[in-house]
Amino acid sequence: MGLAKRIIPCLDVDNGRVVKGVQFVDIRDAGDPVEVAKRYDEQGADEITFLDITASSDDRATTVHMVEAIASQVFIPLTVGGGIRTCDDIRRMLNAGADKVGINTAAVFNPEFVREAAQRFGSQCIVVAIDAKKVSAEGETDKWEIFTHGGRKPTGLDAVEWAKKMVDYGAGEILLTSMDRDGTKNGFDLGVTRAISEAVHVPVIASGGVGNLDHLVDGVTHGKADAVLAASIFHFGEYSVQEAKQRMADAGIEMRL
Amino acid sequence: MSEVNKSTVAVIDYGMGNLHSVAKALEHVADENTQVVVTSDPAVIDAADRVLLPGVGAIRDCIGEMHNTGLVPSIRKAMAEKPFLAICVGIQSLMSHSEENGGVDCLNHFQGNALFFGENHTDHDGSKLKVPHMGWNQVKQTIQHPLWQGIPDQARFYFVHSFYVIPDEQTEVAGTCDYGLEFCVALARNNVFAVQFHPEKSHKDGLQLYKNFIHWDGKP
Repeated sequence: MGLAKRIIPCLDVDNGRVVKGVQFVDIRDAGDPVEVAKRYDEQGADEITFLDITASSDDRATTVHMVEAIASQVFIPLTVGGGIRTCDDIRRMLNAGADKVGINTAAVFNPEFVREAAQRFGSQCIVVAIDAKKVSAEGETDKWEIFTHGGRKPTGLDAVEWAKKMVDYGAGEILLTSMDRDGTKNGFDLGVTRAISEAVHVPVIASGGVGNLDHLVDGVTHGKADAVLAASIFHFGEYSVQEAKQRMADAGIEMRL
Repeated sequence: MSEVNKSTVAVIDYGMGNLHSVAKALEHVADENTQVVVTSDPAVIDAADRVLLPGVGAIRDCIGEMHNTGLVPSIRKAMAEKPFLAICVGIQSLMSHSEENGGVDCLNHFQGNALFFGENHTDHDGSKLKVPHMGWNQVKQTIQHPLWQGIPDQARFYFVHSFYVIPDEQTEVAGTCDYGLEFCVALARNNVFAVQFHPEKSHKDGLQLYKNFIHWDGKP
């Protein structure tokens, strides 16, 4: 008995459609975000993350409408990320019905933004998204670095230190994506997940690389994640959220069934 | 303005964030005889049949905004006479005092305090627990109450909070939860009910609680 670990299906949305790319290229269409969100809600998803990956800012209005539509029909927590750069962006998404916002690149370029956002809106709705890549060579001590621009630009920032700093600045949760694993279906990078989860006192969501249900189990048992995020294994009908939760419960993980 | 024969649920807007989800969830379970109004107008609150007090963010801002907007008398009046539901920081705001933000005096409807879990909060076996307490946890119904109707005991609700309430009067506890310690997550006295979790984010059991509230006559 106690707090359940969470499964969070993620909708990567480009121009109003759910897509999923392999390492952020080769994008496949997976449907209408509102319909997809409703399906996951019915399957027992614990939360939903909506990630706006639209390159241009012209489509922000579309995103707001979609967030409104999802929030009116889906009564579980909703996180919206992608293009959140100002407190006005945050306010707009919260007013549209988001419960939390994910801040990624903007945090790297202006860490004070995280502090300001947490003070203004409360840490409970500030999720800092971290895109990490392993930079240590075989045989060296493990080291992961923060990358921006879909994993293309190194920043020189150590991922574990960065996570601790973001929590000090007021992040209420960390969404950790391994850029080495994202889209590969080879499983989470358990090393960086565990290193960050053990370094911070706020919940950590593991993301990037889920290819089967055992990967979700590993994320919690070996990665020490508080929640696991996956996209393509659910989008294309390989597994339902319900099956995933059952599998995790069978492995002895506390779940909401 | 209330339409003839329509029952009104007023969701109090005192400037603290996201009322969209609360209003949408209430509308989702409301029948054609119920209207949901998000309002900061004391007259609308005074005229409403039921009142819901939401709350997010830090307690000092919450209490401060309640005073700044001049809504405290209407909140007290509603708690004295009609079905009243407080959620999340709303439950903390009804206590005597919270230790958040260096200590804040609250509305003192329920006597007792809101305390911090602490950054080194641990489980019963000594293992480290994350703070905030975020996610789905089981709620033990410690009393029978009309707002629990149709909701299984130990149903899971969605929580996100770092402070928890300890009422002086144990008989006012309506539900508890376990996170390193067993703590109060629901309080009830006469026509007032308050919960620490977010019913509007707690799927069907949360919606059932809102439905119960819409039909509640305010009797325990």
